[in-house]
Amino acid sequence: MTTPVLSIRNLSVEIPTRQGIVKPVDGVSYDISEGEILGVVGESGAGKSMAGNAVIGLLNAPAHISGGEIWLNGVRIDPLKGEEMRKLRGKEIGMIFQDPLTSLNPLLTVGDQLAETMLTHLPISRKEAAERAVAALEEVGIPGAAERIDSYPHEFSGGMRQRVVIALALCAEPSLVIADEPTTALDVSVQAQIISLLKRLCRERGTAVMLITHDMGVIAEAADRVAVMYAGRLAELGNVRDVLTQPRHPYTHGLMASTPLASEGQKRLHQIPGAMPRLQHMPNGCAFHPRCPKVQKRCSHDPLPPMAEGRAACWSPLLAEAVE
Amino acid sequence: MSDAQMTTRAKDKSRWERFRESDFFYAFKRSPIALVSFTVVCILVLSAVFAPLIAPTNPFDPASLNLMNGFTAPMEPNAFTQETFLMGTDDQGRDVFSTILYGMRISLFVGVSAVLFAMVLGIILGLIAGYFGGWAETIIMRFADVQLTFPSILVAMLIFGIAKGFTPVEYRDQMAIWVLILAIGLSDWVQFARVVRGATLVEKSKDYVAAARLIGRSPWAIMIKHILPNALSPVLVIATISLALAIIAEATLSFLGVGAPPTQPSLGTLIRIGQGFLFSGEWWILFFPACTLLALALSVNLLGDWLRDALNPRLR
Amino acid sequence: MLAFIIRRVGQSILVLLIVGLVAFSMFRFVGDPIDNMLGQERTIEDVERLRTQLGLDQPFPVQYFKFLEGAVQGNFGVSYRQGRPVAEILMERAPATLELAAVSGLLAIIAGIALGVFTAIRRNGFAAHTIMAASLVGVSLPTFLIGILLIYLFSVELGWLPSFGRGETVSIGDWWTTGFLTQSGIKALILPAITLGLYQMTLIMRLVRSEMLEVLRQDYIRFARARGLRDRVVNFRHALKNTMVPVVTVIGLQLGSIIAFAIITETVFQWPGVGLLFINAIQFVDIPVMAAYLMLISVMFVGINLIVDILYVFIDPRLRVDRKGGH
Repeated sequence: MTTPVLSIRNLSVEIPTRQGIVKPVDGVSYDISEGEILGVVGESGAGKSMAGNAVIGLLNAPAHISGGEIWLNGVRIDPLKGEEMRKLRGKEIGMIFQDPLTSLNPLLTVGDQLAETMLTHLPISRKEAAERAVAALEEVGIPGAAERIDSYPHEFSGGMRQRVVIALALCAEPSLVIADEPTTALDVSVQAQIISLLKRLCRERGTAVMLITHDMGVIAEAADRVAVMYAGRLAELGNVRDVLTQPRHPYTHGLMASTPLASEGQKRLHQIPGAMPRLQHMPNGCAFHPRCPKVQKRCSHDPLPPMAEGRAACWSPLLAEAVE
Repeated sequence: MSDAQMTTRAKDKSRWERFRESDFFYAFKRSPIALVSFTVVCILVLSAVFAPLIAPTNPFDPASLNLMNGFTAPMEPNAFTQETFLMGTDDQGRDVFSTILYGMRISLFVGVSAVLFAMVLGIILGLIAGYFGGWAETIIMRFADVQLTFPSILVAMLIFGIAKGFTPVEYRDQMAIWVLILAIGLSDWVQFARVVRGATLVEKSKDYVAAARLIGRSPWAIMIKHILPNALSPVLVIATISLALAIIAEATLSFLGVGAPPTQPSLGTLIRIGQGFLFSGEWWILFFPACTLLALALSVNLLGDWLRDALNPRLR
Repeated sequence: MLAFIIRRVGQSILVLLIVGLVAFSMFRFVGDPIDNMLGQERTIEDVERLRTQLGLDQPFPVQYFKFLEGAVQGNFGVSYRQGRPVAEILMERAPATLELAAVSGLLAIIAGIALGVFTAIRRNGFAAHTIMAASLVGVSLPTFLIGILLIYLFSVELGWLPSFGRGETVSIGDWWTTGFLTQSGIKALILPAITLGLYQMTLIMRLVRSEMLEVLRQDYIRFARARGLRDRVVNFRHALKNTMVPVVTVIGLQLGSIIAFAIITETVFQWPGVGLLFINAIQFVDIPVMAAYLMLISVMFVGINLIVDILYVFIDPRLRVDRKGGH
């Protein structure tokens, strides 16, 4: 068996606050293999971005990794500090942010920003970097790349800017890309283009992708496997087709039922009653139990059952037939 | 908390009780800087107001002066008269402590009057500019922009110079304090006008103003009753910060010799006088007025800074 | 872009015309110029002759125009107090003020930006906290007290540096005198330059710090870090450059204020510049000198503002490539 590109083991992130310590990420484990796209879904505040930031070492103080391990290509990276971690960023792990309008430095040309990234990580000359920058722009489908290389970010449209951001994230050929809501800020018409671009580039290069989104449509479109997160914990992990068509966790089921795409044919969209608990007021046992339609007695106090691929962290998982 | 909630809940409570329960008062209690600077400001203002009661002598009463007491060092008995003075005496035998108390009176009087003048002027012009718009607004705001290009201390100096030119020579010393207030006030109205105009523009477009207009309320009644209260907290913040600036401006002008005359010395005038004795070793004539000015300016400034953060963090 | 510059130049000229009107009104209406120029012993003929000579019998707009015409040619009339042409006196004094302002301005900008960046990057460090606390005192400290304090320390107590005057100066060309070339000139410059620069430095530092903290929170800085750029590159190439966009305007204004605040410093140190001249003019109500100083300083302010606006366009590409549409 080959080592996965990214392997997260029992990862926890803590933030000390005035009301005590909160855990936005609590004991999460998953792997991503070469060329694979793992979709990480959940409501905002479920800890999906926080996990991504932990992997790339960009947690904002006072948030910090409080437990677990992160392995990248067989090397443990969570204890790495400052300079060692910086060398990995961009080189081994690329990151794409949500809003392309604010992700690019307005005062530097896109060519400058591409060249500086490559010069930081690759042993190439300035001239080579300039040539490769044009190639990188071409690759992400920017027409007239050679002329646009000296343009400033404000001269591009939102979708074009996100293409530039993708080019920047991939230009040093990282083995893992973390895409944090890469399409949320874009027009619907552009979203599909960006997703298929990302998909194509990663397939071609064998890059592993952590695709963080709250949009089930994007997951269905792009992901190979899905990790569903709820209140900082992993609710369900599995193959995309299995999870979308036969969710095991009642939360995933609710999430699917409330998404227009997956619930075609249904007259009304389903709603999950209540809201995700605030991190300061986490219920005991399963965090979802106050909202769960299938709640049992043990759910409110027993620790969750162990998680594994194709399983749900639930004491009363749904049977496949229940979805019909 | 909404206004409606406030009023229903506060019906059976006095204004003071409401104030004590407010977030504002809570933030005040929690901030050591605010507490200390507020205390210092209170002590200084009270001792200035009650200067005639506190001061051991009246430095402006020739009868109380004894030239023999000149240049007495602080807390040391005078070689001739054996009198001791807390902060020593100046060349004419005036008690430095007393001159500071009286000087602070003038500094504070000029500072507060100038800020009040600037505030009233700025509020009126800001209301006019914001409410009526049109050419009145263009003229007022253009003029404000031009004035803002120049540092206010320079504007104050110019106005002082011009006003002095208009004053007949024999009244110049007598009028100096009022000219000073005019000069500092006129140099400082722009900030008030800008904030009030901004608030007016926002409120003017709201429905209740339109309603008040429909039922025929006069523009000035609308402005004062409805629009102005919305601009009060930024105006208060600007007034506090302006007060610190006005006190420093007054001291600076007086120090430069274009402010309070030696017959009515403010803290700045005292420092100007004291500077002359720096080389000959009578440090106290300079040191104590300078410290007082510093304490006054710093504590008002800190209070203003705190007030700005407490009332409106976005106002920079 | 050309349209932008033309518009700004137009606005600048308008400001100068307004200031000119103020200066002229001072000249014309504050006191009676005739009274000021002729002594007590005068005849009606003298008064009439001077009135025609000064053009005071002409209508107001004509007089204003003539005043402007004179001002553009550097003719501001004769000082009431010294009886010499104002332009001549100003020319004599200008080098002292300009040298002082240039040195303090440079000091304020370099030290202000350096400290601002330092306190922003190390915002939780002990040194940064100390500097910030000191700067709060610095903002509340009136300039003249700083000057007096420095004189007390370095002239009275230590005796290292002179407390007044400009030291020995060397003439360059017809009218420029410099203090940079002699040891005593440089020594005499140190204390006034620090006094004048300190307050501006504090302001620049606080502004740079708060703008930089704002910039460091931006997404593009996070993205730059996520791309693995070195800290130095992120802080200076990315953050500092964006910080400078708003800071440049304020620095421009500060430079203008330095020339105005030089009045205070020059008085404390008896520095023979135009500021000291202006204060003396106010004390003696020497209106032509006041009016000329006002005009001179306005030209400088407006000029600096104009340069800053144009500089802005070069720093920020968003303004440079202002295509059709928008505003």
